[in-house]
Amino acid sequence: MSLWKYANPAEFMRVSAPVMSVAWVLAGLCIFGGLIWGFFFTPDDYKQGSTVKIIYLHVPSALMAINAWIMMLVASLIWFIRRHHVSALAAKAAAPVGAVMTLMALFTGAVWGQPMWGTWWEWDPRLTSFLILFVFYLGYMALWEAVEDVEKAADLTAMLAMVGSVFALLSRYAVLFWNQGLHQGASLSLDAEENVADVFYYPLILTMAGFVFLFIALVLLRTRTEIRARRLAALQAREVMA
Amino acid sequence: MPDLGAYAGPVLLAYGASLVLLGGVVIWSVVRNARVKAELARQERHIDG
Repeated sequence: MSLWKYANPAEFMRVSAPVMSVAWVLAGLCIFGGLIWGFFFTPDDYKQGSTVKIIYLHVPSALMAINAWIMMLVASLIWFIRRHHVSALAAKAAAPVGAVMTLMALFTGAVWGQPMWGTWWEWDPRLTSFLILFVFYLGYMALWEAVEDVEKAADLTAMLAMVGSVFALLSRYAVLFWNQGLHQGASLSLDAEENVADVFYYPLILTMAGFVFLFIALVLLRTRTEIRARRLAALQAREVMA
Repeated sequence: MPDLGAYAGPVLLAYGASLVLLGGVVIWSVVRNARVKAELARQERHIDG
């Protein structure tokens, strides 16, 4: 069985419907459960007080801001190499979701940073690369809207996705490249020594899983919308020609 | 409601804004999908005669 059969729009529509339903349910359960657990049933941090509760929003949104762009990069490469329209439409579908996640990470970071660092914003490597990533998201969406020819738009936005991936990776690893800056290192890592305390860790993992499922559900839904919109445009064009 | 102490403002602002953003993108996506789906169904019925 080949993975490429899902590049067929009809097959994608058939398979994505049940997957999307499961993703919606898991997203709702994990986000609701994680936020309730984190907000109501975890203690304040000895240094950061109750602002530590912002971690359940900030870390998952930042995670998805970066990973959404990586997903767009992979989908764009598939478009370039295999010319599967569904992959180009999936990249287009992911952009607004990634932009919202980036905006959420920037906003919650600023709100968290103000009482902890004494400033809403600092031209810190990670903060700055995240802001540039947000601008790339806006540019990517604007480019899709600006170019009428779908294939040309897919080509141009795929190139933009490749350029922007530099900033997506920079957002992830900026704290390792530069030691200066206010932003601390990763809250979670494969090395258990570097993780936050268990009392914050488990609700955070649950919320992060919820954001991953929400991203999957939204991208599937939006890709299905794009496929329908393309079919609608094709039918309308055929009617005009007739 | 837990006692958020001196940081109640920032914490509630972060949660409120995040829920608005998440809710906004979900509602926008669902509404647009429903609109396009209905329009496509109408167009297909129109073509089928």
